[in-house]
Amino acid sequence: MSGEVVGVWIGAILTLGIFSFLYKDNPFYKFSEALFVGVSAGYWFVVTFWQYFLPKLIDNLALAYTVLSVEGKIDYHWVYVLGGGLGVLMLLRLFPSVGWLSRWSLAFIVGTTAGLQFTRYLESNGIIQVKGTILPLIVGGNLNTTIGNLVIVVGTFCGLIYFFFSKEHKGAFGGAARVGVWFLMITFGALFGYTVMSRMSLLIGRMDYLFSNWLHLIG
Amino acid sequence: MRREVPLVLTAMVGLTMIVSHFIPPFNILNDLFEDWFFIIAAFAIYLGVLNLLRVNADKIYKKQADAPFGLVVILGFLVITIPGLFFSGGRSFSDPGTPFYYLYIHVYYPLSATMFALLAFFVASASYRAFRARNVEATMLLVAAFILMLGRVPIGDWMTAWLPEGYRLGEWADWIMDFPQTAGQKAIMIGIALGVVSSALRVILGLERAYMGGE
Amino acid sequence: MNQETNQEQKSFWEKLLAIDRRIIFLFIIVAVALPLFFRVSMRIPVTPVAEGTYGAIESLPAGSKVLASFDYDPGSMPELQPMAEAFFRHAFRNDLKVIIMGLWPQGPLQANIALEEVFQDEDLKAKNLQYGIDYVNLGFTAGNEVVIDRMGHSFEESYPKDGQGTPLSEIPLMRGVRNYDNVDLIFNLSAGYPGTQEWVQYAVDVFHVKLAAGNTAVQAPAMYPYVQTGQLSGVLGGMKGGAEYETLLGIPGRAVRYMFSQAVAHAVICLFIIIGNLAFFSMRKRRKA
Repeated sequence: MSGEVVGVWIGAILTLGIFSFLYKDNPFYKFSEALFVGVSAGYWFVVTFWQYFLPKLIDNLALAYTVLSVEGKIDYHWVYVLGGGLGVLMLLRLFPSVGWLSRWSLAFIVGTTAGLQFTRYLESNGIIQVKGTILPLIVGGNLNTTIGNLVIVVGTFCGLIYFFFSKEHKGAFGGAARVGVWFLMITFGALFGYTVMSRMSLLIGRMDYLFSNWLHLIG
Repeated sequence: MRREVPLVLTAMVGLTMIVSHFIPPFNILNDLFEDWFFIIAAFAIYLGVLNLLRVNADKIYKKQADAPFGLVVILGFLVITIPGLFFSGGRSFSDPGTPFYYLYIHVYYPLSATMFALLAFFVASASYRAFRARNVEATMLLVAAFILMLGRVPIGDWMTAWLPEGYRLGEWADWIMDFPQTAGQKAIMIGIALGVVSSALRVILGLERAYMGGE
Repeated sequence: MNQETNQEQKSFWEKLLAIDRRIIFLFIIVAVALPLFFRVSMRIPVTPVAEGTYGAIESLPAGSKVLASFDYDPGSMPELQPMAEAFFRHAFRNDLKVIIMGLWPQGPLQANIALEEVFQDEDLKAKNLQYGIDYVNLGFTAGNEVVIDRMGHSFEESYPKDGQGTPLSEIPLMRGVRNYDNVDLIFNLSAGYPGTQEWVQYAVDVFHVKLAAGNTAVQAPAMYPYVQTGQLSGVLGGMKGGAEYETLLGIPGRAVRYMFSQAVAHAVICLFIIIGNLAFFSMRKRRKA
């Protein structure tokens, strides 16, 4: 038995282990589930080490150390000690007495995310989307575009009104909010349809794995 | 120290990121902060992993009923971590042919893909038991989902083949996606953008402090 | 007598609604698995958004450079791998040059798996495609959207070397490629974050480069506003999107083969919804009566 065949058998048995939950909760499923949790944690541990920890922290500090030992100069890369320090503070969360120090690292993460997202969301998802909604409501000689534009403008506007909670949804404002809800419901319906499509695709993938790769019943 | 330092740090970093978008020389700080961001994020992942191991070791130590599965969690972690860190060729750890890749393809991938595939069954069960046309809104949701599910696969067009071209289920699905669905998505997208922008400002200005644990 | 029948019917609907969920699961297994054993040729309807992605690639003249970012892992293979294979077939058939990269660690490996598959095609074998001249795989770089941002200034800042460790300056295909100004299109296959939204936000809207995408079905609807505003040329949605791409290309592959299963599964779910609602209304009517 080659390593590949053993691998496919392992994969198939674990696949059946997870699927066994469909019958009822059982030790075989619990084993597969626990293995999934452990392996996932291990996967991210390894990936984080090689892709983030090593290139972003260790490599930069090693470079700084090399420059110091060869040229005797304090290099710019020593600033990465601060980044590493903030990272270590994050781990202090495991110790209740000094856990509050992890807030410094958290503050850094929150600040970076807020700053990065501020401009990008404002432009790409805010301004450009608003601009793209300012459409002509009557397009001469093209009924389809006219109706389409009308639907986009009314739907977006009313949808936004629904999200505006500073004013009570009554009268004309309430009516517009109700129209907004209809559009949102159609959107969620479409999302549901696409979610079904996605989940079924994954199931097809697993079934194909079992019948083709494992049992070789499908050519 | 407990409150002031985090507030100053958030404001300083957040403002630097925004300013660097408009004033290019600030990009140096921007790049540095982004690198630090990833270092801290890596430690955050380690924090989660350590916590998971601690919880499961605790289960084994206290001989709880599900202790054997706690042991499986720890063994699963070691089974992929040891080859990934020491026996998979260092930085090229994820290349085909390495033990890490083997474990990824034959253990992690089947488990992960099947977990997600499991949702197909629960979506089906929920559709049967809970997806009801109780009122106008729910009916609209249901009809849109119905048209999309049938219109996006060849069966929809086959069922409505008797209708003239341009009016078949596939085309209805296209129209829903291109217009009402897009309008709804745009409303959500603009709403989220406004929310993100205002939250970002509140965080940077120190008005929003929930991330500090309510203090 | 009438009352008795009524009672029986009522219990029939109630019974129907209360059936063991495992019976529903069994129906789904059969609906998905059984069609896999049949090769049924089905006409795949093509959506305008899929045509947008196809058109963006088709309109490029021979020799154009496409930056292809593979931002997914094997978990999304059933949905995105057929698109990846179709994309390579399309690009190489039209003599485009492909620069592969990934914001997800496994992305570039998925690209290699797809390349291995398409290189079995006779017409591509005849083209004798060369690594470094016709295509290059830069590999993965950590940093999510920050990588996209930095590549706008210089590809080398994020990728000093390709996946095989060769400096970019020594790769013929990468000569003259400094940043997005030197590529004609970005093609992105995405299963989440970072993915198409980040490419729109950090590449399209900042550096004004053209983008076409393929997404998992779950996130495809959220991309429609970007298509409407022209920030995105088109989007392929899920396995069906892959089947559309294969149809447009005239090379039916795995996604087209899977479509029969997908269609039957959707039909069964719709049937469940109809039965569930019939039971619901029937029981409600009786309760009111």
